[in-house]
Amino acid sequence: MKSNEPSFYEEVRVNGISRSDFLKFCTTMAAFMGLEASGVGQIVKALESKPRLPVIWFHFQECTCCSESFIRASHPIVASIVLDKISLDYQETLMAASGVQAEEAYKTVMQKFPGEYIVMVEGSIPTENEAYCCIGGRSALQILEEAVANCKAVVAWGNCASAGCVQAARPNPTGAQPVHKVISGKPVINVQGCPPIADVMAGVVVHLLTFDRIPQLDELGRPKAFYSRRVHDTCYRRANFDAGLFVESFDDEGAKRGYCLYKMGCKGPVTYNSCGIIKWNDGISYPIQSGHPCIGCSEAGFWDNGPFYQHLPSIAGFGIETTADKIGLGLGIATAVGVAGHAIVTNVRKHKEITNTPETVAEPETKKV
Amino acid sequence: MRSRTNPMREVHVWELPVRLYHWVNALCITGLCITGYIIGNPPALMNGTEAYFNYWFGTIRFIHFLSAFLFFFNFLFRIYWGFAGNEFAKWTNFIPLKRSQWKEIMDVIKVDILQVTHKKIDSIGHNSLASVIYFITFLIFLLQCLTGFGMYSAMSNSFLPKLFAWIVPLLGGDIHARQLHHILMWAFILFAIVHVYLVFYHDYIERRGITSSMIGGWKFIEEDVYERHETESKEKAEK
Repeated sequence: MKSNEPSFYEEVRVNGISRSDFLKFCTTMAAFMGLEASGVGQIVKALESKPRLPVIWFHFQECTCCSESFIRASHPIVASIVLDKISLDYQETLMAASGVQAEEAYKTVMQKFPGEYIVMVEGSIPTENEAYCCIGGRSALQILEEAVANCKAVVAWGNCASAGCVQAARPNPTGAQPVHKVISGKPVINVQGCPPIADVMAGVVVHLLTFDRIPQLDELGRPKAFYSRRVHDTCYRRANFDAGLFVESFDDEGAKRGYCLYKMGCKGPVTYNSCGIIKWNDGISYPIQSGHPCIGCSEAGFWDNGPFYQHLPSIAGFGIETTADKIGLGLGIATAVGVAGHAIVTNVRKHKEITNTPETVAEPETKKV
Repeated sequence: MRSRTNPMREVHVWELPVRLYHWVNALCITGLCITGYIIGNPPALMNGTEAYFNYWFGTIRFIHFLSAFLFFFNFLFRIYWGFAGNEFAKWTNFIPLKRSQWKEIMDVIKVDILQVTHKKIDSIGHNSLASVIYFITFLIFLLQCLTGFGMYSAMSNSFLPKLFAWIVPLLGGDIHARQLHHILMWAFILFAIVHVYLVFYHDYIERRGITSSMIGGWKFIEEDVYERHETESKEKAEK
């Protein structure tokens, strides 16, 4: 990378951010990323010395809520990461360029920084028919494959790019696939959520910038710093769960008292995210704090694991809202009836054995009755 | 008074470890199903109070996890006993690889389930169909341990649950592990209904003392069945 490029710190200083605010940002990021105190210095040094990260940001089949979330990050510097560090290259929603100029912008990045630029993707990629998502006459898959070929790493923003989200929900008419399913050979960071938390997105960017390598990932490709704990484990209502105090309906006394939303279908116990710690919108609140169960938006296939307000997912093929419990109970009753029927038949068919008529019992084999 | 002389021989079928395994397993499964169902669908017992008064749901979950560990090690012990135990406990009983086992499976279906013939089934230990069903339950045990400890691994740093952590991403997330775990609970309940019924059924029809055999280990076996079994064993040993 050319050293005459302005560093991130120089850029934010020009934009009127004080050194004090810059240091606050670095400290916040270090805390979010779970670094120890010395990590703050590393971040400060990296942002002061390293030139900006070349980024190409694609929008495929999605709703742009990831971008929306990102620019609402709790710290103003995060917004300048977007506006000053990314839009300069290629970001379909936020860049000034359009048409030919836009195309040129990302081609320039690919030529100028081979092996150094990061590809960030919002949205899933259609595979059923590539024509479902085309930009500038080329399909999403073609664009992605070309851009990924020489990139350093891929960041998959949100559930669409990480797991397919609503486009991949049954019956998935466009054959929507997440990024890691359609490309290979490059590290893919799945920043899950619908959308992901802005500070988590910023944390991932800062990590890439500071340490020059991808963060530690879990088995599903999510950064461990943000996705290693369940929403349930960090929930402030957890005490109510352990005490067995549950909201039974949205307008009951329990809801007023702030009981656990487990029985309202809260997916917190099966969802890995930082909502309970980092929270949303400048750390104001998160769904459970606002009285709504977690819908599990950072888990693959959460649209198909519904309904949102039911503890167990419905089982496909048995009609709406048929859970394992309903089917199990039905089978249990059927089994009990079957067993009772068998007992009655036994008393009729095996009468001689039961009454112990010697002739029948003594014979090892008899003809068909 | 109705009575009958029927030459029966007492055979020690179930060794003490097998019986212990059976009852520990039964106790664990009963406890796990009850606590598991409550965990999936907790009743509103203490509503109206505050969280600092109670910990009953935590206790239910603790009992579930404790029983799960016991169940798991008991299961491992039974696998070991499938190699160390007597001929009726041997693992070869449970996997129908021999033609004779398949023949017996068909016979059991005809005699006990469909009741179209009155042939006598010769087996002294488990009959072949029962063995296959037990083998399927072993697979369900395994799946239940995988999904259960897989989910548990998210809140544990200990060695054992971490061994099962890989199952969760394989299934596509905790919710699928939870769903499978829940469905399999019903498999245990259905099994228990049929299992208990069949014990009664066999005791009622055969009068070999099958119910008490799981307590004392001894079964009454007809002399001719016993002798046939002995000659077959000798022939096998000579080969």
